[in-house]
Amino acid sequence: MAGVAAGIVIVGAAAAVALTWRPSIAAIDPPAPQSFDPDLVKRGRDLAAIGNCSDCHTLRGGKSFAGGFPVPTPFGTIYSSNITPDAETGIGRWPEAAFRRAMRSGVNRDGQHLYPTFPYDHFTNVTDEDDRALYAYLMTRQPVRAPARENQLSFPLDQRFVIAGWKLLFLRHGTYQPDSTKSAEWNRGAYLVEGLAHCGACHTPRNVLGAERGSAQFAGGDVDNWHAYAINSQSLSPVPWNADALFTYLRDGWHPDHGVARGPMAQVVSNLSSVPDSDVRAIATYMAGVFGPPAPDRKRRGDEVLAQARSPAESPAAQASGNNALGASIYAAACATCHETDRALPYGGINLGLSTAISSPDPRNAANTVLSGVRAVEGERSPIMPGFAASMDDTQISALLNYLRARFSNQPAWTGVEKAVEDARRTQTVFLQTSPGPHNAPADATQRAKP
Amino acid sequence: MNAPVILDRRRVLAGGGALIVSFSLTGAFAQDQAPAAAPAPKPPGSLATTPLLDSWIRIDVDGSITVFTGKAELGQGFKTAFQQVAAEELDVSFESLKVITADTSLTANEGYTAGSHSMQDSGTAIQNAAAQARDLLVAEAAKRLDLPAENLRTENGAVISSDGRRLGYGDLVAAGMLHVQAQPKSKLKDPATFKVMGKPIPRVDIPAKVTGGAAYVQDMRLSGMVHARIVRPPSYGAQLTDCDTSAIEKLPGVVKVVRDGNFLAVVAKKEFQSVKAMNALAAVAKWKETPSLPKQDDLLAVLTGLPSQDSTIFERSNPSAVGQKTIEATYTRPYQSHGSIGPSCAVAQFVDGAMTVWTHTQGVYPDRQGIAEMLRMPPANVRLIHVEGSGCYGHNGADDAAADAALIARALPGTPVRVQWMREQEQAWEPFGPAMVTKLKASLDRNGAIADWNFEVWSNTHSMRPGGAGSLLAAQHMAQPFAVPPPKPLPLPEGGGDRNAIPIYSFPNAHVVHHFIPAMPLRISAMRALGAYHNVFSLESFMDELALAAGADPVEFRLKHLDDPRGRDVIAKAAQGFGWQKGQKAPQDRGFGFAFARYKNLAAYCAIATEVEVNRETGRPRLVRAVAAVDSGQVVNPDGLVNQIEGAIVQSMSWTLYESVTFDDTRITSIDWQTYPILRFNSVPESIEVHVINRPGQPFLGSGETGQGPAAASIANAIANATGKRLRNLPLTRKRIKDAIDA
Amino acid sequence: MMTLKVNGHDHQIDADPDTPLLYVLRDDIKLNAAKFGCGLGQCGSCTVIVDGRAVLSCVTPLLLLEGKQVTTLEGLGTISEPAPIQRAFMEEQAAQCGYCIAGMMMRAQALLQKNSKPTDEQIRSELEPHLCRCGTHMRILRAVHRAIRLMDTADAFPAAHRSAQ
Repeated sequence: MAGVAAGIVIVGAAAAVALTWRPSIAAIDPPAPQSFDPDLVKRGRDLAAIGNCSDCHTLRGGKSFAGGFPVPTPFGTIYSSNITPDAETGIGRWPEAAFRRAMRSGVNRDGQHLYPTFPYDHFTNVTDEDDRALYAYLMTRQPVRAPARENQLSFPLDQRFVIAGWKLLFLRHGTYQPDSTKSAEWNRGAYLVEGLAHCGACHTPRNVLGAERGSAQFAGGDVDNWHAYAINSQSLSPVPWNADALFTYLRDGWHPDHGVARGPMAQVVSNLSSVPDSDVRAIATYMAGVFGPPAPDRKRRGDEVLAQARSPAESPAAQASGNNALGASIYAAACATCHETDRALPYGGINLGLSTAISSPDPRNAANTVLSGVRAVEGERSPIMPGFAASMDDTQISALLNYLRARFSNQPAWTGVEKAVEDARRTQTVFLQTSPGPHNAPADATQRAKP
Repeated sequence: MNAPVILDRRRVLAGGGALIVSFSLTGAFAQDQAPAAAPAPKPPGSLATTPLLDSWIRIDVDGSITVFTGKAELGQGFKTAFQQVAAEELDVSFESLKVITADTSLTANEGYTAGSHSMQDSGTAIQNAAAQARDLLVAEAAKRLDLPAENLRTENGAVISSDGRRLGYGDLVAAGMLHVQAQPKSKLKDPATFKVMGKPIPRVDIPAKVTGGAAYVQDMRLSGMVHARIVRPPSYGAQLTDCDTSAIEKLPGVVKVVRDGNFLAVVAKKEFQSVKAMNALAAVAKWKETPSLPKQDDLLAVLTGLPSQDSTIFERSNPSAVGQKTIEATYTRPYQSHGSIGPSCAVAQFVDGAMTVWTHTQGVYPDRQGIAEMLRMPPANVRLIHVEGSGCYGHNGADDAAADAALIARALPGTPVRVQWMREQEQAWEPFGPAMVTKLKASLDRNGAIADWNFEVWSNTHSMRPGGAGSLLAAQHMAQPFAVPPPKPLPLPEGGGDRNAIPIYSFPNAHVVHHFIPAMPLRISAMRALGAYHNVFSLESFMDELALAAGADPVEFRLKHLDDPRGRDVIAKAAQGFGWQKGQKAPQDRGFGFAFARYKNLAAYCAIATEVEVNRETGRPRLVRAVAAVDSGQVVNPDGLVNQIEGAIVQSMSWTLYESVTFDDTRITSIDWQTYPILRFNSVPESIEVHVINRPGQPFLGSGETGQGPAAASIANAIANATGKRLRNLPLTRKRIKDAIDA
Repeated sequence: MMTLKVNGHDHQIDADPDTPLLYVLRDDIKLNAAKFGCGLGQCGSCTVIVDGRAVLSCVTPLLLLEGKQVTTLEGLGTISEPAPIQRAFMEEQAAQCGYCIAGMMMRAQALLQKNSKPTDEQIRSELEPHLCRCGTHMRILRAVHRAIRLMDTADAFPAAHRSAQ
């Protein structure tokens, strides 16, 4: 008996060692950019846009792909790596096989495990062909000398072999397998969403070990101090999403029935704006399936909310204000002047009855927006909302948020609003901007307003 | 070589000589008795049209001195500059003078404060009037002291004799002494002796502006003043079909609702009451709109497809110069907005048949004429007084706001009425800088020099300013409306759409055509630099394209074709200040650019070198640094001049990289800073250096608009240098640059 | 009726509670510095300081200001006794038309009250909500840097006082 137990332990240890230890792949001389086929590079560029690589691998105001971007996790702060083709501090000496291994298994060229903050649990689904294109794209970027920053993790999380255990539990290797019962477009969308686009990395809740909960896919997650909404059947958006709305939103960065993408999502849609329509449509089609058709009463409520938003009828302001006269008066004085005009999105304030932030399980997103507003995008037409961090104190903001919740959602009251506002104020390094250039078709009459 | 023919109506009409002016004088100076057939020379600057000295300088018996100018302070520092000029020539301390600006009851009619004319016209008039006034005072002192004038000197407001006797100006001045015609020539001070002129005297208006003093027309508060807001139509030509104002009249504080055809306004006691009433009134107003606007994305086809009056404005021919390599290019500019930070405002009061309007219009006399015509009043009963507004950069909503205020004030006799435009109204209703198209073609000879040059420009007029009520919105919208006057091109040598279309370079063969487009699908008028912005942008971009084709350095290439020595100096100075080296290579992702122009080919010279960084992933352009050189003749206030050039570069950068008016088929849609973004601090360059080449004793040259054109081209050339891609359609947006890089 | 504290004085304001502070300052209290540029919170010309922080007064209704201290440019100093920020802007001649300047100065003042030695990067970032159409940006930055130096010396004890301790 002892022998069998010992055997299991030995085999287990050997497996553990085998898993923990990964061979280093020999360095190569940095390949000449001209050696890559320009069409392949272009393909890689589109894929990198879908993968949103630049968002994590570029420090704001820094050089593209040079890394150094801090990603806060429950375990500490991880700094993104330099993926420019710099020979010393980037991936200049990586052969394609090393890149592919990093995407597939989360291992760097030296054989070290990468923290799953780099979402290889999604990128493992990317095909070899697409990895080749991404490699070609990255190796033809401008090399930037930028040494890696030390991650700030406490022991034992700062020991990379620990990741091996994590991978054993949570990493499902393999390329995406198409579903023959679904359309080509759906399959393309599934491949992108589950793979490069890694939507679940933000939109899926995680377990204590920081892995996405497989049983709760797309049920809502957290990024910085934002809530990434549930984008499955548990969606709380007042107006249910469909494929067309998703396509418009992802392509343009806003939708009249839902609002404007801001916070971390702004960068996502900004990248998607350069990607072929067909890929965005595929993502929209797949996600529409994930949302699923809305239940009848949800659809009915959505129609009611839309009708109310479109007509300047009397709103149930009186009932909602109840004993929240402060919140009601703040809304009327500070918000309604932009949020109750007939000026259409994206330049008019959204009718708050359409806002998912207000129907969201917690008030973080709403608090962030009220505090910081929405900043202008340099030199491009984009929404601007003033922030109220300086003119409203926490009592006033809390009263306002409670009022908005009561009036503009059919969800139960939030709890812990005061604390949420305090926390939001503290983490106000939140960079609030919308994507550059929301679609501004000159012939689009919905964007007019009274001169 | 044939002499170039400049087909220019003004010169033809004037017979190539001076205007014929003769006056009889009553003053101390004897008139040259010229033969009747020969024309007498006119006094310089605006003295030609307003020749009496006391139209410019008034000296009171207590010695206080007032200087009058028909020009307006727009924030360029002119009030200060004129004070310097007068103080210098009169030999008084800077502080002892007061300057009164544009007022139809007090000052000369100097037309508009525009076209960079102020120093040339008004500054020159003040300089000469002050010098001549001083001489009259000295002559008077000579008489009283019984001494020759040469033994007298002036200092600190007094005439002093060599034996120490002193007569203050106040003592010397007699009634009517300055009520004399100006002489054609004055004894001006030697620039080497300047105490005030040429010095960076701090501006007289800044202290109030940084301490909350009343400084703008927006700050005026007259006793009993009420607040008005206009409800403008939603689009050009919209008709008010229904408007039940009964509820509006009952809103808190509302004093009156004014309706006259499509002109709709509400007046209230307190300002916020007027804003709320405006919103309520806008909600009940029903309009019938007509789609009339062209396709925003296809202005090239729109403009070149409209009927035009075509004229060749420059022609030069030398058949022996033969081109071997030809290139051509088309450049476009969208409609662009003045975008004044402070929306237009005016205060008007109608008392006993006399209308007074306080306004930031650039032209109090022409605006008065329009308003008087609109109100069907004699102009003499209408007084316009200029009070500063925010920077206007040309014909913005100021004149219209003045008309609005006058129309409403007439409905409330005795009560001062303040009209404040909203941001959206300023953006939608201001007359824009016109969209333009230029087509260029040139060829290089076998030595890499330009053998022939072709330049065609399509443009509307660049001025629809009042005089004439029909230029004013209120008059166009009234029940008995005034028709918009037919547009006319501004004549050369200044020009409008063809401003700076004629190259300053010498080319053996050259052909320049102006396609003047009368039809104005969008409301347009003068915007700073007028056609020069786009013409210089095109011309100087194309010079770089030619230099590239010739394998030549851009600076050397320009010098090769330029004879004008002051132009050459300015080019050399900018290049040197920048560290421009032939064969230089910019750092990774960066490019160097250069451009040069002489504004209107007769005002100030400006050359600008720039370094631009382009992010290849996003296409984002960033102006890293700019080095400029400027020659504006005799410098009056060097700091003011530098301020103007720095500002020109930054402003032009914003126009060039970001700005275009947007519209659908009926309405203007760029109606606030969300939809018409301009430069913010995150785009401001690391440094701007301005080198001033002072030309003591030379005539003043207008500098307020000399930087915009070269800045645009310099930036475009730097972007081309950085990316290897040439962009020709303004604005040079991030997306356009990215698409060019990716292509 | 509401009591509003502005520049250290109490004012009784007879205006609707939803009146933006900008109109109260200009129309009721007759102050000039805060300007109407857009009324939409997009340009910064209306900036004043409330309880030490810069706010856009055109989108700040009166009802938010109960018990708070409002400071406008007029409250910082006068022509004869200018505050360091005002002196700095005068010495740098940091204005062309000047319409945007009061708002810029208040934002800079609020920054310097919190962080007496900001970097150039931080100043530019702080001024992002502010528009200047004349292109005076370089001078505005120079003026803020100058104000940093002036505030530094303004805090120093005069030598005589020091020796007395």
